[in-house]
Amino acid sequence: MSTATRTTPTGTGRPGSSARPDGPAAPARAASRPPARAWAVGRVASWTLAAAVPLLFLGTFFAWPVLALVGRGFLPDGALDLSGFADVFSRPRTWRIVGLTLAQGAIGTVMSVLLGVPGAYVLYRCRFPGVGVLRAFVTVPFVLPTVVVGVAFRALLRENGPLGFLHLDGTFAAIVAALVFFNYAVVVRTVGGLWQRLDPRPEQAARSLGASPARAFWTVTLPALTPAIVSAASLVFLFCATAFGTVLVLGGMQYGTVETEIWIQTTQFLDLRAAAVLSVVQVVVVVAALAVAGRARARRERALQLVAPGSSGAGPARPHWAPAVVTAGVLVLLALPLGALLLGSLRTGDGWGLDHYRALGTTGGRNALTVTVWEALGNSLRIAVDATLLALLVGCLVALLVSRRPRRRAARRAVGVLDGVFMLPLGVSAVTVGFGALLTLGHPFGIATDLRSSGILVPVVQAVVAVPLVVRTVLPVLRAIDPRLREAAGTLGAGPGRVLLGVDGALAARSIGLAVGFAFAVSLGEFGATSFLARPDLPTLPVVIFRLIGQPGADNYGMALAASVVLAALTAGVMALAERFRGPAGGEL
Amino acid sequence: MTGTGTGSGLAVRDVVVRYPGAGRGAPAVTAVAGVSVDVPVGEVLALLGPSGCGKSSLLRAVAGLEPPASGAVAWDGVDLAAVPVHRRGFGLVFQDGQLFPHRDVAGNVAYGLRGLPRDARAARVAELLDLVGLPGYDRRPVATLSGGERQRVALARSLAPRPRLLLLDEPLSALDRSLRERLADDLRRALVATATTALFVTHDQDEAATVADRVAVMSAGRLLQVDEPEALWRRPASREVAEFLGYRTFLGGGAGAGSGGGSGALAVAAGGWRVLGPADPEPGPATPVRAAVVADRRTRRGRAEVDAVLEPEDVRVTAALPAGGGAVPEPGERVRLAAEAGAVAVVGG
Repeated sequence: MSTATRTTPTGTGRPGSSARPDGPAAPARAASRPPARAWAVGRVASWTLAAAVPLLFLGTFFAWPVLALVGRGFLPDGALDLSGFADVFSRPRTWRIVGLTLAQGAIGTVMSVLLGVPGAYVLYRCRFPGVGVLRAFVTVPFVLPTVVVGVAFRALLRENGPLGFLHLDGTFAAIVAALVFFNYAVVVRTVGGLWQRLDPRPEQAARSLGASPARAFWTVTLPALTPAIVSAASLVFLFCATAFGTVLVLGGMQYGTVETEIWIQTTQFLDLRAAAVLSVVQVVVVVAALAVAGRARARRERALQLVAPGSSGAGPARPHWAPAVVTAGVLVLLALPLGALLLGSLRTGDGWGLDHYRALGTTGGRNALTVTVWEALGNSLRIAVDATLLALLVGCLVALLVSRRPRRRAARRAVGVLDGVFMLPLGVSAVTVGFGALLTLGHPFGIATDLRSSGILVPVVQAVVAVPLVVRTVLPVLRAIDPRLREAAGTLGAGPGRVLLGVDGALAARSIGLAVGFAFAVSLGEFGATSFLARPDLPTLPVVIFRLIGQPGADNYGMALAASVVLAALTAGVMALAERFRGPAGGEL
Repeated sequence: MTGTGTGSGLAVRDVVVRYPGAGRGAPAVTAVAGVSVDVPVGEVLALLGPSGCGKSSLLRAVAGLEPPASGAVAWDGVDLAAVPVHRRGFGLVFQDGQLFPHRDVAGNVAYGLRGLPRDARAARVAELLDLVGLPGYDRRPVATLSGGERQRVALARSLAPRPRLLLLDEPLSALDRSLRERLADDLRRALVATATTALFVTHDQDEAATVADRVAVMSAGRLLQVDEPEALWRRPASREVAEFLGYRTFLGGGAGAGSGGGSGALAVAAGGWRVLGPADPEPGPATPVRAAVVADRRTRRGRAEVDAVLEPEDVRVTAALPAGGGAVPEPGERVRLAAEAGAVAVVGG
């Protein structure tokens, strides 16, 4: 039809066949059914499908295993038995673990925030040569696999390590330091991302009214940043309180979290009831932290007037000396474990060399492993590709769904509930998920082959763990799209599908690059659930590293360090690549 | 389907738009309270009203972006309730353009031209960019455009698919004054050149008069008057319309003393008075003349003015001095003021 040939601006007069180039299919459909109902039915059907896929996925591979495991704890003989609570909470060990978890979370969070806010100022508010490199460097610890962080801190703090004279190996302080190392980037990126876009004029107004830089910061800037700080803090608390790999490597039997305790109770003591009770405790803590984070985020999205980064000529070129000194110190401290890891991997019995790297082609001293480290790396990469694709599919559907603001109040509330539900895997014990999957997912839906021995569960469960990160990366970008942009596309004749693809899709594409990076890095480093599900003949790299450090012999330890360096380089490389592909509008965590 | 309009073009019948209350249990807000208006093919109608009067909501209801709570929107007698936004063939220009940030200028303009062969599309894009005065801007990223250029691109984008009706939602309000005046002229020219039927929402009286063939004055969700600009300014239907059009002083019925406003009263625009000098000829009987006491003197744009209180009505007005110069009256002095011929309207005539 007709845009090109039409001579009058009057249109054709039939609503179903407006003068659009893409119209031909519609009039036929409009003729056979009342078009309004057809459109409404089609819309409801497609959104229902979009909701069903992630719900089914997370229901099968997350909710069912977790509930089954919890159920086994409370329904040992098919009847509800809550005596487990009384029993578990009457053990001094439980109280010690819960106390340690909360102390670790609280101290780790406070220190991360105290160090991270000055870091956010220096790295995101100030401009100086090399700031981009430093921002990337700060992110490295966050994407490092937890097992690698543990190994790096051991390499730094052990008796003959660079900081061995501090005698911190195996102490609570070492664990907290490792958690801060890991979570510093969360605070810097979340707070910095907001700070960068904060309109600087209120602060300038405060200065012109006679406020010192410190007073302007306390009275104007800090209140504006508070929502981001609260949001980051609750996330850090979550990561600290549920830390697994790092704590398992550094804490040994003496220190632990609820998460490591669940692992110990299930694998060492085979006490499912205690594990179930602890899982419930953890879920309560996690839900509370997520609720705080959600509230803070909602306030942040509502209240702030933001500008494009750098568009307001924002920020001093030269940072104030105090935060600069703090940040410089932190950057050195961040480099120490990484340096110790690298040095340790190059140190051989009689000097320096690449012996440990050459050993990666073997199965270790006294055949510590079933496969070579390179084969384990291959497993990790293959699994990560599958897990990333799955996480991306599910995560993008969730983000799309949750970013909608439906007109009906009930639908809006449903979207809000889904938003929270899809975040749960972020905090529910990965150990619980892994062990629950091992117990329940033998033959789901009557599938003939045993999924547990097929190895298919590993990427699936890693995807479950990665979905919240994908959602958190893509969702802010989708939410930030002005709804009128979609309306503009609609008035230009774009149907709902084309709007989705041409506006939402095109604008979110850059942030999807970052989401791919996160998902891939998470999958490469996932340890909690994978340690249950990986087949003995198909272990992943973190599983192999954990096995190596548990084995006697300096050679095996050296191999663990070398393998950690490889894994660290790989995840950091993936993240660097992802950062390159994302645009200036990419989402922060 | 029932024909709700009579002629060709847009027919809006008793449209009501309501928004749900902000909180739980909060009452719904009625933005448009039953509006009926027609836009015949080829006409440009301005919806003029203060901010918050519901004019943008009415526009969104016409576009199909907001479902009306009741009433009907029809085109050429065919009800559009069942037609989704993207099949109405109505273009829409937003106040801030809403250009697609990930596409360049040509990519934005070509967005609605899907289905055309590549060279036809390119030709149409070039034609439109010419029309809006931006030839050669094809490959420019939209982020590099100024505010005025953005609105020109937004206009070109909306006109490109030859919409049956173009909806403009305060397209010039975000621009500074001189640019706004120039763009209003350009907008009128582009709409006439393409013979586009348009509904133009604005809160600026001058803009409405420049761009539109007819102006509909809206307040608190209702239409107060629909008329051609000249007729509207000469005979505003009520004091409310007159006040919104810029009339400040309301005189009693006819040229004599009276009840101060209401039906049949005269209204004089702000800045519509001048002091009668001794050398001036006596004005005709149609011109309101009032005795007044000078209250203050000042200068505006380099010309001396006086503030004076009209004696019969006891209202304060500003009056220009006679062109011939002469002595500026002192405060307390009694003068005679005459309303400029073009600044007088009959209210509710």
